[in-house]
Amino acid sequence: MKEREAGGGRREAGNQAGFSVPASSAASAVPPPASHLPPPAIRMEGIDKSFGAIRANRGASLQVMPREIHALVGENGAGKSTLMRILGGLMKPDAGRVEVNGRDATGWSTNEAIAAGIGIVHQHFMLVPTLTVAENLVLGCEPKVRRIVLDYSRAAESVRTLSNETGLVIAPERLISDLSVGEAQRVEILKVLFRGAKLLVLDEPTAVLSPPEVRELWTVLRRLRDNGDTIVLITHRLDEVVDLSDTITVMRAGKTVARIKTSETTPAEIARLMVGRDVSLSAGKRVQPVDRATAPQPDQGLEVGGLTVMGSRGIRVIDDVSFTVKPGEILGIAGVEGNGQTEVIEALAGLRPVFSGTIMVDGAEITRRTVAERHDVGLSHIPEDRHRRGLILEYTVANNLILGVQKHFSSHGIIDRDRVMENALTEISSFDIRPPSPVLAARALSGGNQQKVVVAREMGREFSVLLASQPTRGVDVGAIEFIHQQLLDARAQGKAILLVSAELNEVLALSDRIAVMYRGKFAVVMPAVQASEEVLGEYMIGTKKGTAA
Amino acid sequence: MNPFSFLTQMIRIAVPFLFAASGGVVAERSGIVSLTLEGFMLSGAFAAVLGTNYSGSPWVGVLCGILGGLIFSLIHAVATIRYRADQVVVGVAINLLAIGVTRFFLKLFFASSSNSPRVAGFGGNIKAAGFDNPLLWLGVLVAPFVAFVIYKTPFGLRVRAAGEHPDAAESVGVSVTRVRYAAVAISGILAGLGGVYLALDQHQFTDQMTAGRGFIAISAVIFGRWDPIRAALACLLFAAAETLQIQLQGSHAIPSQFVEMIPYALTIIALAGVVGRAVPPAALGKAEA
Repeated sequence: MKEREAGGGRREAGNQAGFSVPASSAASAVPPPASHLPPPAIRMEGIDKSFGAIRANRGASLQVMPREIHALVGENGAGKSTLMRILGGLMKPDAGRVEVNGRDATGWSTNEAIAAGIGIVHQHFMLVPTLTVAENLVLGCEPKVRRIVLDYSRAAESVRTLSNETGLVIAPERLISDLSVGEAQRVEILKVLFRGAKLLVLDEPTAVLSPPEVRELWTVLRRLRDNGDTIVLITHRLDEVVDLSDTITVMRAGKTVARIKTSETTPAEIARLMVGRDVSLSAGKRVQPVDRATAPQPDQGLEVGGLTVMGSRGIRVIDDVSFTVKPGEILGIAGVEGNGQTEVIEALAGLRPVFSGTIMVDGAEITRRTVAERHDVGLSHIPEDRHRRGLILEYTVANNLILGVQKHFSSHGIIDRDRVMENALTEISSFDIRPPSPVLAARALSGGNQQKVVVAREMGREFSVLLASQPTRGVDVGAIEFIHQQLLDARAQGKAILLVSAELNEVLALSDRIAVMYRGKFAVVMPAVQASEEVLGEYMIGTKKGTAA
Repeated sequence: MNPFSFLTQMIRIAVPFLFAASGGVVAERSGIVSLTLEGFMLSGAFAAVLGTNYSGSPWVGVLCGILGGLIFSLIHAVATIRYRADQVVVGVAINLLAIGVTRFFLKLFFASSSNSPRVAGFGGNIKAAGFDNPLLWLGVLVAPFVAFVIYKTPFGLRVRAAGEHPDAAESVGVSVTRVRYAAVAISGILAGLGGVYLALDQHQFTDQMTAGRGFIAISAVIFGRWDPIRAALACLLFAAAETLQIQLQGSHAIPSQFVEMIPYALTIIALAGVVGRAVPPAALGKAEA
């Protein structure tokens, strides 16, 4: 408990300073603090951080005043977590400056960050499952008796004391592996408080919590703020931002795009800032309905009934979702990421077990079939993460082009290299993969061309239903246009296409009908002609509910 | 069969296992695979004989043996922790290296390809049946000591955290690298002592004299589900099997090969989940992310 008391001194100082600031001055767009004002609790300027070719942060900034709940919002991959890892000393920035309470903290270590009162509650719990609550609490700064023996009873006592102070009750002797997610999160928060944190960073804390657990967390966070702590909440759920925060920083594509006072904005504005106004090439030119000479057979295309998928913790990540995609139709699924879009695609593709419900492709039930069997009945899948699921980066382009369909390129169990090469050359030319070399490792290609390899494999063969998940994520403008054209061509040929995209423009431009996913359900399904960013946005953030046609 | 002689012989046979398995528990709990125990034992055994031979004192031999195990463990640690090499591959290489290096120095120092000259040892009173050897008592006490370190000290807590969830340990400022270096060094020292006991008990070094004892120790670690006390009990069980085999020699009741298989058969059974589930430390064998 020494750490906590030592931190108390800093808390006092922060409070006095905090009171002298008019609340509104904290809200203006990143002003350099005048000399008589207190330093911000966190000030990060011009932060650059790259991982290989990926630039996670490019000139990102963040300014958090003492004693506020500050929401850091942005889509997945916007660079929020990277920024916070830099703050917590887990990574060093390539460029930029970090200040904590006015002190230079650029490139410091985890221990220095902890000593300065920064506590990060990670999205993926940093708890050792085989140890008890008390052991996890004290790991790294263990109380000792006679210098060498772990003082377990004092560790347990610390848990109880902190529980009383914060209302986060948990039995010190329990094993982490026996805890529910909500309980594990309590331990995480206790852990950072035990280390004297005055400045808490919570990374997507509600992603795995049930609604009552979320409400409990909000109570605790408000109490901590009222006690003088500063809180940074990383999230992409706008309702949470509006509920809880005092100030908001919006990040997009590694950059900070806005810093606003919560009371002076609306969810719709935040959503626009998050998604961005960048217009993709095909945006604006709406597709025309396909002329269907003959009405499609009623059982053709994709038919999903009552689909329910359980998440890792017994939460229904997909809750009783039903829809159809007819041949020659694109159904677009919009939604803020993390509302079940990924899980829907994975369940349909056979990568995630279905709890209940049915999935039919052209009248054939595939609910419990293997991935290969789904391929055989005509299901193609462009996965959202081409590095994790779409490609084997070390394999050549030619081999990547036959992944999963290799049996069609082999006889008696031996792959026919000539046919593989022939296929590769055909696909490379028809999908304009550059450089046009079948023997190059996929790793050597640009993101856009890697994606074209995936698209070529999935669309270059016989299929009737296509699952296209984030088909243009992270690819260049030219490739976006090309892939969009491929999807539209497939639609014209009578394929049923389910499109999931974080790009609202993409969904609006390509879809015949649009569904919005919110917390594992379809909030609405509407014809694309009735949809606009504004209309969809309200469903995306849950302020509007209901099912139109 | 005399039960007293059975028991004393069993304990004498168990001591090298106890040292090596206790070391193995520490390294594996920190997340580093201990396939290397065989090599650490062999280098410890040779260094002990070398030191005793040139100083005339077995205590100098003990220090040299510790150093021998330590040096090999540091090679292992640098390769697997610093350079993140595959722990199994490096482990196999370390064992082969130990065979080669001891054979080379055997030739160099003792001009023999099979064994060293006779050196001093501990005890030797026939009536004491080996129990006048301080290393034997050390071996009996090493497992409880390791259990204390693992479960009751901050270092042990960090070892367990490093082996289960290294990121969590790093996130609270624990240097997983340092913890693992220390754990591997401890395994080198303890397994080295196992080799020392073996060599000084026989008063000489013979080529490949550890003869798979390091692997039996690993089996004991797994059979004991990475718990020092249970691993020690497994060592005693395996030693009992070996004692049985020795004492049954000549009777031809059971072919000795079957008795020799016992440790390995039990390990496979343990790993297959028959005797409770053997869950290794979650981060065992994985290079730190």
